[in-house]
Amino acid sequence: MSEPTTPAAPSTGHNAAAELLALYRSLVLIRRCEERLSTMFADGEVPGFIHLSIGQEAVSAGVMAALTPQDTIASTHRGHGHAIAKGLSLDGFFAELLARDTGLCRGRGGSMHVADMSVGMLGANGIVGAGLSIALGSALAHRTLKNDAIAVAFFGDGALAEGLMHECLNMAALWKLPLLFVCENNGWGEFLPTSKQLSFSLEGLAAAYGIPHVAIDGNDVAVVAAHAARLVAEVRSEGPRILECQTTRVRGHFEGDAQKYRDPDELAALSERDPLGIAAGQLAAMGVGETALSDIATEIAARIEAAVAAARAAPAPLFEAAMADVYTGAGIGQPAMQGDA
Amino acid sequence: MAEMRYLRAINQALADAMAADPSVILIGEDVSEAGGAFGASRGLRERFGAERVIDTPISEAALAGAAVGAALSGLRPVAEIMFMDFTTLVMDALVNQAAKARFMFGGQRSVPMVLRTPHGGGLGAGPQHSQCLEAWFAHVPGLKVVCPSDPASAYGLLRAAIADPDPVVFIEHKALYAMKGEVPDDLPVIPLGQAGILRHGRDVSIVAYGAAVHTALTAATQLAGEGIEAEVVDLRSIQPWDEETVLASLSRTHHLVVVHEAVEAFGVGAEIVARMADIGFDELDGPILRVAAPFMPVPFSKGLETAYLPSPERVAAAVRRTLA
Repeated sequence: MSEPTTPAAPSTGHNAAAELLALYRSLVLIRRCEERLSTMFADGEVPGFIHLSIGQEAVSAGVMAALTPQDTIASTHRGHGHAIAKGLSLDGFFAELLARDTGLCRGRGGSMHVADMSVGMLGANGIVGAGLSIALGSALAHRTLKNDAIAVAFFGDGALAEGLMHECLNMAALWKLPLLFVCENNGWGEFLPTSKQLSFSLEGLAAAYGIPHVAIDGNDVAVVAAHAARLVAEVRSEGPRILECQTTRVRGHFEGDAQKYRDPDELAALSERDPLGIAAGQLAAMGVGETALSDIATEIAARIEAAVAAARAAPAPLFEAAMADVYTGAGIGQPAMQGDA
Repeated sequence: MAEMRYLRAINQALADAMAADPSVILIGEDVSEAGGAFGASRGLRERFGAERVIDTPISEAALAGAAVGAALSGLRPVAEIMFMDFTTLVMDALVNQAAKARFMFGGQRSVPMVLRTPHGGGLGAGPQHSQCLEAWFAHVPGLKVVCPSDPASAYGLLRAAIADPDPVVFIEHKALYAMKGEVPDDLPVIPLGQAGILRHGRDVSIVAYGAAVHTALTAATQLAGEGIEAEVVDLRSIQPWDEETVLASLSRTHHLVVVHEAVEAFGVGAEIVARMADIGFDELDGPILRVAAPFMPVPFSKGLETAYLPSPERVAAAVRRTLA
């Protein structure tokens, strides 16, 4: 992976420390949630597949800080960080991952389909690249409804090889839609380095479609937040932009993946670019004391434990209620659309 | 009653839906400036503006996916896919996204989109511009599938499809676009999932949808000359389908033939036959038969295509066989 060409972060003003502390809180929340999930997954308490975004939290925290609740996002299979940073219900999140009826998706979606429409989170997605066109349509809706909102499409570098990527870049540019493309470039697409999957760069692709592109250090949350704020403002008034965040996938493609295909030295070096460590160092340099950080850690740990406890105590989903949601208004106790005499 | 062409009925339904609800938009290849490849959206850009009648590049997957995202974000998009054969390019948007969203997100939001697309042969359009793929979509929980046979049902079902909160695949038959038919002056909406009985008869029930309805009606006229009175049921909606009306007809005639233009194997007819063999078993006085296309791609040559398509003669032969 080539070194990102990181422009200097624009000034964050005199409230820099307070703003960075808020971003740090978001980083810690995402990290601790996923670490908790990792443990529960290893214990067999979280079913299915989970794909953790450990190492990539700064993208979620930094971009979401620039959005309003009316702005919408479409996410990926590695979408926990996006959802958490967009402000989803933490209780609903853990209940969903534990497949409970109180889950955001009532235990029908799980990790790959977490969505919270009340905060504009249009869903994680089990299909690589599928969120791109959903964000495209959401941006089209915002413009048609003239509600001043924008849409954000999150995608990994692996999605660059999908045809839908090219269709969506073209249409977004052609129509000057209020759509921010955010690439989380972690250098890996499943088990293969993306350098072995792509014959082009996102920068080159952006130039081909005439969409302004910026590549930044995606693990420095202050840098992400500053560029996201600028780009979101441009997207609102001028049209699509691409933010490419160079980041690090610390865990495997999926949880439980031993990553034997990766160089141990590469894995060992990832900690040097840890978004939490970078932000903590910056805060220390700004004079923010350890106490402020440990207070955040304590508060978040309590929130997570409360959400886990509530999820564990929550009831399992009902089959009849699930059947009733295949179509709108089917209703519990009424015959299904087909199949029941 | 007034007379209206099938294509005009679709155009009228689009116009009336757009006038009634500002969140209805049209999106597709050539739907705006050109007024639709077949003319279904003619005049709508002039009336409702280019912001609501949107030409897309030749990017079927993205336009269908955009319809899903727009539907999740407050619009009621009507997407057009120029030929049903091209729905192969939009399967993810329909099958994994539109069909699943309501269920998989725990009922948080519905996906009120319509995907209009023409199917069917008879125009010599060849293997990639003539297919009837409706069984694929009827097989996917979360999608609704309709296929009108005449101008009145084209209007009524399209209004219902656009008003429906769930994703609907709305299938038109290319060979019917020029067809004229009587429509009531007040242009009623036809609820999804309700079949119509187009001809009453005591001897056999023929169930069909789309252009095959006319094949069935022609066969019924031929059979009447032999003293066989066939009841012709126009299914109109394929998913959900009106099994009550089909069962009630079977209960009167005790014989059933299902006709469609799509390939017979693993088709819509197989589902109807299996269902009636279950809940209607006691009513049956003969085998339930299907008349549909053979298991081959739609051929180009006029002679081959004519042999491929279900004919009134084949329907009449099936009726005679079940009555024998």
